[in-house]
Amino acid sequence: MKADLLEAAPGHPERSRGTAAIKAAPKLRKVYHEHDPSSWSVFAGRIGIAVGALVLWEVLARANIISQLMWSMPSLIWAEFMRTLLDGELFTDAQFTFTATIAGFVIGTVTGSAIGLSLWWSTWYAKVAEPFLIVFEGIPKLALAPIVVLVLGLGIESKIGMAVALTVVISALTTSAGMRAVDRDLVRLVFALGATRWQVFSKVILPGTLPAMLSALRINIGLALAGDIVGELIGSKHGLGRSIEYAGSTYNIALIWSGIFTLSLLSIVLYLVTSWLESTLLRRFFHTTARR
Amino acid sequence: MLEIDGISKTFESARGERVVALAPVSLAIPQGRFLTILGPSGCGKSTIFNIIAGLEMPSTGTVTMDGTPIIGMSGVVSYMLQKDLLLPWRSIIDNVILGMEIDRVPKAEAKARALPLLQRYGLGGFEHRYPAELSGGMRQRAALLRTMLCDREVILLDEPFAALDAQTRADMQEWLLDVWDDFKKTVIFVTHDVDEGIYLSDEVVVMSGRPGRVIERTPIELARPRKRAIITSQTFVEYKEHFLRLLHKPVELAQAS
Repeated sequence: MKADLLEAAPGHPERSRGTAAIKAAPKLRKVYHEHDPSSWSVFAGRIGIAVGALVLWEVLARANIISQLMWSMPSLIWAEFMRTLLDGELFTDAQFTFTATIAGFVIGTVTGSAIGLSLWWSTWYAKVAEPFLIVFEGIPKLALAPIVVLVLGLGIESKIGMAVALTVVISALTTSAGMRAVDRDLVRLVFALGATRWQVFSKVILPGTLPAMLSALRINIGLALAGDIVGELIGSKHGLGRSIEYAGSTYNIALIWSGIFTLSLLSIVLYLVTSWLESTLLRRFFHTTARR
Repeated sequence: MLEIDGISKTFESARGERVVALAPVSLAIPQGRFLTILGPSGCGKSTIFNIIAGLEMPSTGTVTMDGTPIIGMSGVVSYMLQKDLLLPWRSIIDNVILGMEIDRVPKAEAKARALPLLQRYGLGGFEHRYPAELSGGMRQRAALLRTMLCDREVILLDEPFAALDAQTRADMQEWLLDVWDDFKKTVIFVTHDVDEGIYLSDEVVVMSGRPGRVIERTPIELARPRKRAIITSQTFVEYKEHFLRLLHKPVELAQAS
């Protein structure tokens, strides 16, 4: 098109030499290629930001630009962390929180999956149960914490109870959605081959729903931890959530941060272990991870 | 002998109108015959298929196998669809023995029976692979072997090769004829592909669109075993022209009959 315009322009100096001359002078521009950054520079960037933020925090707090009373500072937090670590308090609390979270996670996930799977057996029962599941899903379960702690007490039972309350419906709903996603033609085929209901359930429905049940694991581990912490905040004798709550009521800001730091660490470890568990089981049963 | 006697299907639409999906159809199919139901989509071929398979109840009529009514029953037919419906979490060998497993044949025995067939029908060496690792043609082979290994008198095939590319499809047709020759079962094959119908069958039943009805039954008198080259022969082309004419003017022909 540009060539046409040039050709049409009367008295243009290029005109007499024809299109060849125009084509000979294309406008060249270097194509932008993005280079993959080297892994050490990415690593250095990340460490730099983290260290920089901590140093800035420390300096601002020491210079009293931000309030030490409100924000504490990294050196104090570290000292508090080491103190609780050495006197065993941290370990006791972390163990309590870990145990309650895992117990609640396992009970909630297994019960929820079982409830979900049971819906397959009777349409009447599934239809009757459906609104209850939806209503229970809709309740902000964290708001139940005062009742749960009142009923189950200040011990580990109420923390497990909270973790179960947060995870059970998610598992039930994910499982029931997973079952509905199993190919109906496949179910009909296996029935038409003369299979009993139990055979269809064990050979088709259960393995077909497994990926959905496994996908609930990663969501549930986070929810179980959240449920446990809220339970501890309401009332508890042990746990990282309780230590944070105690630190808050005594204005020990460094201890709050130390507790949050430990909880984050615990949460990351739990998440990684659950993801690993999910992909390992998927690979074991499906010989592929592409089915998520 | 599979006898279909006056089966029809009508249902009420959402607006309360009576819709005839399938006008009464009667067919008698002798043991070991390869019969194709040929017709446009919506002609009720899948309805016939589902009724014979026991998946759907007809509004009228009966289906009997050697005199025994089989409507709504499993145990006489096994079927295969366009989708392979293999279980992705099972290896090929575990997939093809599914029917025997449901019949509670011991696993070792079932595998011993299936293994030589996998070798013979081009799946040798793939028995421990998973469906996701196989090509579409291979998966359909496995699905058909599973259907055959259920050891039922009648095999129903609903457009089993429709999703395959032309070359694979041609290979699969020849392969199906080999398998059929070995197993000597009654096959009812549903398709809308005229060439496929003529090439495979002893008899073609042509159906018209809404409401579905049988317009014609034509025995295919081509010698077996059939070679691929047959599709360019004079007789084959004549059959093809005949069926295409029938399929393209179904309404007038249906009214004339």
